[in-house]
Parts: sequence; structure tokens; C-alpha cells
Amino acid sequence: MSAIAMTAIPTEGFTPPGPGDFNLPPIGHSEGTAPTFEFLGQTMYWGVTKPMVQLALSVVLIFTFFYLASRHRAMVPGKLQYVGETAYGFVRNGLARDTIGSHDFMRFVPYLVALFFFILVNNYFGLIPGIQFPTFSRAGMAYALAALSWVVYNYVGMRKHGVGGYLKLQTVPSGVRGVVLLLLVPLEFFSNILVRPVTLALRLFANMFAGHMLLILFALGGEYLLLHTTGLTPVAGVLSFVMFMGVSVLEMLVMALQAYVFVLLTSMYIAGALADEH
Amino acid sequence: MQTDRIVAAGKLNPLIPHPAEMILALVFFAILVLLVKKFIVPAFEQAFAERTAAIEGGLAAAETKQAEADAKLAELEKQLADARHEAARIREEAREQGAAIVAEMREQAQAESARILEHGRTQIEAERQQAVTSLRAEVGALATGLAGRIVGESLDDEVRQSRVVERFLADLESGQAPSGVN
Repeated sequence: MSAIAMTAIPTEGFTPPGPGDFNLPPIGHSEGTAPTFEFLGQTMYWGVTKPMVQLALSVVLIFTFFYLASRHRAMVPGKLQYVGETAYGFVRNGLARDTIGSHDFMRFVPYLVALFFFILVNNYFGLIPGIQFPTFSRAGMAYALAALSWVVYNYVGMRKHGVGGYLKLQTVPSGVRGVVLLLLVPLEFFSNILVRPVTLALRLFANMFAGHMLLILFALGGEYLLLHTTGLTPVAGVLSFVMFMGVSVLEMLVMALQAYVFVLLTSMYIAGALADEH
Repeated sequence: MQTDRIVAAGKLNPLIPHPAEMILALVFFAILVLLVKKFIVPAFEQAFAERTAAIEGGLAAAETKQAEADAKLAELEKQLADARHEAARIREEAREQGAAIVAEMREQAQAESARILEHGRTQIEAERQQAVTSLRAEVGALATGLAGRIVGESLDDEVRQSRVVERFLADLESGQAPSGVN
């Protein structure tokens, strides 16, 4: 009888995933019981949520891995040390040194190494069974890291060139004179100082958000088509699961790529801020 | 309830950040940066530096060893050449010395043989003199005896006997017939 009742309600019974699926209630609470507060016109949960725990977990995982890998400092590295050195060297040499240059890069290595693996691990939480939530699909987390990058590259630039010298470096293109400057200087200021942190944050957040949304859609949609419809549509449910797997593989790539792009752009901004006058 | 949730989801703007999440992200990230800076970067950098030093040190040591080996080889070759030269010199010297010794020996032998020859000659001469002397005495006695018998005169008296013999011999030497006999 219940089967008949279910077939009687077709697509109206399906709730499509939305931004609400990312607004998890605090641990130990359900949607109804969680305490809330108002912020910027939004009602927000008050309490420890899953992505917050994931942040702490990622710190523990990253530090444990690198600590164990770097502990022995063997001349001939073992497997773990080799993997650790390769991962560390990838950011140290492939990102920091190649972008910032061998003169200045070393003081940014701790920041960039931590940034890369912090984003990478938190992104991959979106695929790890049992966790399955990319931390940076919460916009605030991405904003925080982008804001920090913004502070870092502007700060080192101002320390090196002075505030005026730095602003001139960032906003006045070389070889341009006269009236064109009136047009270009605001444009450069807008693009180099204002837009950079926004794009940095949104690129990471939107990729994680959209990717996870896509996965939820294929998972929930597949389940609904398979279990709650009749006729040929369950076949579409199977196809939906196949798509889920395909998108998961794509997400693996996107997650690593977003971590890489975030750190690459951060080191490029630092390099640009440290650049000598051209 | 479902409609409530849809309405709630519709109102939700995912771009508006949760303040606690922003702060927590910064805090946890800052903790990670500090940990990485304090423990991981120094450890890896030390391992890298030690490895670089070990490789460079190994290369330098190998170069030094190579140079030492080259020097030692050159020295040994020089010593070998010296030894060969020395051996040749010693051989040459020995040959010269041998030749000198042979020549000296030959000289000594010749001198010795000459000396022996001279000695023999002197001895023969002395023996001849002795023979002549004893012969003279015997010949005198024989001749005296013979003459005594011939002349029947006893010439046993020694003084006379020797005087007669002397005279006889002097006569003989002078080629004349002994006067006593006449």
C-alpha cells in the first residue's frame, strides 16, 4: 500500500539539494533544536559544526604526517620521509621558490606549505567516506584564508617599498605616461588590491560548493529515481549514480587543483609585491 | 515542514560567512602555520642541508683521494725509475771493479811468479856454489889420495895436504901441469 502511495506522488516528493544542505546544524542538535543568532540578515546556528571539527582534524592530520615524516632526518630517507619530503619539496621548490625567487622565498615557506596542505586536506574531506563535506564550501572559511593572503602580500610589499612605493608599484604600470594614467591607476588599484582577495576566496569556495552540490544532487536524485519511481526512470537513477562516480573523479582533480591555484596565486601576489621597480 | 525548509533554504545566502567559522579557520590555520614553522620546516631544511653537505663533502673527499692517489702513483713511478737507474749504476760499477780486481790479480800473480822464479834461480845458484865448493873439497881429497898413492908419499899431514891441493888446483886453473907432479 505504501508502494502505491509513493508511486502516486511523482516528482513533487523530491526535495532538490540547496544551500541549506551546507548549513549543518551544530553537533548534538537537529535543525529544530539548535540555538541561532542573526548575522548580516541571516539566521545562523550557534554551536560546534562538522566543518569546524574538520578544520581541527586537518591540522592534526597534517602536522602528524609531516612530524612523523620529518622526525628522523635520515640521510637516506625511508618511505614515509620520502613522501613527506616530496610533498614538502613540491610546495617549497615548485611553488614558493619558482614563483618568489630563491632570494626571498624561504620566509614564506612555512605559510605556503601550511596553506597548501590545509586547503588540500580540507577539500579532500569532501570525498572521504564518513566525512564527505568539503570544509571550504563554507564561504567564511575561504574568506578567512583569502583575507590572510591579502594581508600577507600587501604587508610584505609595504614593508619592502613603503606604503607609497608599494601603491605606486601596484597601481602605476611602467612605461605609461600622461592622461592614460588617470584611467589606468584606478583600474590597477581595483584589480590588484581590491579584486584579488575576492576572486581568491570565491574561486575556492564556489568550486567546493558547486562540486559538492553536484554530488549531492546525483546521489539524492539517483536514490529518489531508483527507489521512489516506477517504469523506466529507475534506469535513470542508475545513470545518476554513474554520473556521481564520474563527478567524484572530477572532484578529486578539482580539489587538488584549487589548493594548487590558491597557493600559486598567493605566491605570485607575494612575488609581485616584492618585485623591484620595473 | 518540507516547505518550511525550502523557504529557509531560499532565504539562505551561502556567500554570507558564518563569523565563528571565519575566526576558527584563521585560528586553526595560524596554529598549523606555527607548527609547520617550528617543527617541520627546520627538520626538513636540516635534512636537506645535511644531505647537500654530505654529497658535496663526499665529492670533495673523493677529489682529494684521487689527487693523493695520483701523487702517490707519480712518486712510486719516480722511485721505480730511480731504483732502475741505481741498479744500472751499481752493475756498471761492479763490472768496472771486477775488471780492476782481475787486472790486479793478474799483476799480483805475475809478480809472484817472477818472485818465485827469482827465488828458484837464486837457490839453484847457491846450490851450485855449494856443489862447486863441496866438489872442490872432494875432488881435492880424491886427487890427494890418488896422488899420494901414486907418489907413495904420505900426504896425510893436513897442512901440507891442503897446500898441495891448492897448488894443484891453481895449476889446474892456470892451465899448467902441476909442478908438484913433475
